[in-house]
Amino acid sequence: MKGKPEKLIVKGKRLDGRKLDELRPVKIEVGVLKRADGSCYLEIGKNKVMAAVYGPREVHPRHVQEATRAIVRYRYNMASFSVEDRKRPGPDRRSVEISKVSRESFEPMVIKECFPKAAVDIFVEILQADAGTRTAGINAASLALADAGIPMRGLVSSCAAGKVDGQIILDPMKEEDNYGEADMPIAMVAPDNITLLQMDGHFTKDEFKQAFELAKKGCAQIYEMQRQALIAKYGAEGKR
Amino acid sequence: MSKDLTIPGDLLSGDVRLAGEGTYIEDEKVYASVCGVVDRGEKIRVVPLTGKYMPCSGDVVVGKIIDVRFSSWTVDINSPYEARLHISEYPKRINPGETNQHLGIGELIIAKVTGVDAAMRVDLTMRDGGKAIRSGRLIEISHTKIPRAIGRGGSMINLIKNETNCDIFVSQNGRIWINGREDMVTLAADALLKIEQEAHTFGLTDTIREFIENAKRDRK
Repeated sequence: MKGKPEKLIVKGKRLDGRKLDELRPVKIEVGVLKRADGSCYLEIGKNKVMAAVYGPREVHPRHVQEATRAIVRYRYNMASFSVEDRKRPGPDRRSVEISKVSRESFEPMVIKECFPKAAVDIFVEILQADAGTRTAGINAASLALADAGIPMRGLVSSCAAGKVDGQIILDPMKEEDNYGEADMPIAMVAPDNITLLQMDGHFTKDEFKQAFELAKKGCAQIYEMQRQALIAKYGAEGKR
Repeated sequence: MSKDLTIPGDLLSGDVRLAGEGTYIEDEKVYASVCGVVDRGEKIRVVPLTGKYMPCSGDVVVGKIIDVRFSSWTVDINSPYEARLHISEYPKRINPGETNQHLGIGELIIAKVTGVDAAMRVDLTMRDGGKAIRSGRLIEISHTKIPRAIGRGGSMINLIKNETNCDIFVSQNGRIWINGREDMVTLAADALLKIEQEAHTFGLTDTIREFIENAKRDRK
C-alpha cells in the first residue's frame, strides 16, 4: 500500500477532486437477484455492495422466534477479495459488530408486528471496499427491504462524516479514513430518527456538531437517490 | 412518473381515521409503510407491488399438503405461514387416523381460509367448493399480479379460457390451476406468465389476445 500522502486536502479539494461536503458518485439498482425476495446492488465511489432480503419466512432455529413479532437478522460479510490484501473469509470481530449495529439501525424502522413468529433475513455482501462499507451496506439493505415488500416506517439512509487535515468532510474514502483524524458514520430515517451513530477518533464538541449536521445532509442526499431508485423500479408498474 | 406511487415513509394524510392497509400512524398522521400504489377510496390504502402473500379470512387458495397428522393436514399456502386443515373440514366424513387414506403429502387442494388468528395460525376448509386437484397443471405467479390475471370483471381470464378451452382456476395466493388439452395448457400457462411479466403495460388484454392467436397460428 502507498504511504501517507503529505496533504489530504489541497486548495479546498480532496484527493479525488471532491469538495469537502461532496458525496462520491452513487449507482443503485434494485431487484437484481431473482431468487431473493428483495435485493439491491449499490456502488458509492469504489465501494461495491450487494444486499439480499429473504422473508418474512419461518424461523430456524425455532427457539429464537418471537410469538408476537418478527425477528430481524442481519449479516454483514466482506468477500475475501474485497480489500487489497486477501481478507480471511468468515465472520470476525469487526463484521460481527457491524452486523449488530446495522441490524439495530433497522429494527426500530421495520414494522415487526405484521409478521408474528417470522424472520426477516438481510444479507449484505461487500464485494469491493473503500471505506464506508457499513453505510453502503445499510443503504442497500434498506432498498432490498422495500423491494421485498417488508412494511417499514421509512427508508433508512446512512452516511459518514470525518475529519482530515483539521477539516470536517463528508463521506471519507480509504485514504481519508486511514490517515484522517476521525470518522463518524450515522444512519437515519428522515426527518430526525437517528438509528446508528458511531465515532472513531477525536472531535471537539463543535466539530462533532458540525460533522453530525454534515452527515445528516449526506443522508438526505442519499435518501433522494434511494427514492429515485425505487421509483425507477416500480414507477412503470405503478403507472397503470 | 406516476404521482400515486409511494415508498415507505411517504405522508399520505393528516386524518388518522382514513388509515387502511399498507399504512401506519405516527404523530396523528398517516404514512405509507410499503412500496405501492395509493388507493384513495373510503380509506387510504397502499396496494403493494411486491411482498409475500398474507392469508386473509375468506381467501380461496391452492394449497399443497406438506404433512399428514392424526386428525388434520398441514398445508403450504405459498405464504410465510403454514395452514391447517382439520378432518371436520374435509368434504367427506372421515375418522381420526384415516387422514392418510384421503390426502397424501404433495397433493394439491383448493380450499378456503376460514380464520387467521393473532399468532398467524391459519385454518382452512374444503367444505364450500374445496376439492383435491388430481389433473392439469399448476403455475405460480406473484400474488400482487393476480388482479391483473383476472382482469376487470374477469375479462382477462375469460379471454384465455375461451381461446384455449381450458379450465382455469385463479387463487388468491398466486397459484393458478389449468386443466385441459396438453398443448392448450402450455399456451395458457405461457400467456399467464406473460401477464406477470408485463403486468404494468397498457392494453394488456389485447396484447394477450394477439399472443394467443399468433401462437395458435404458428402451431398449425
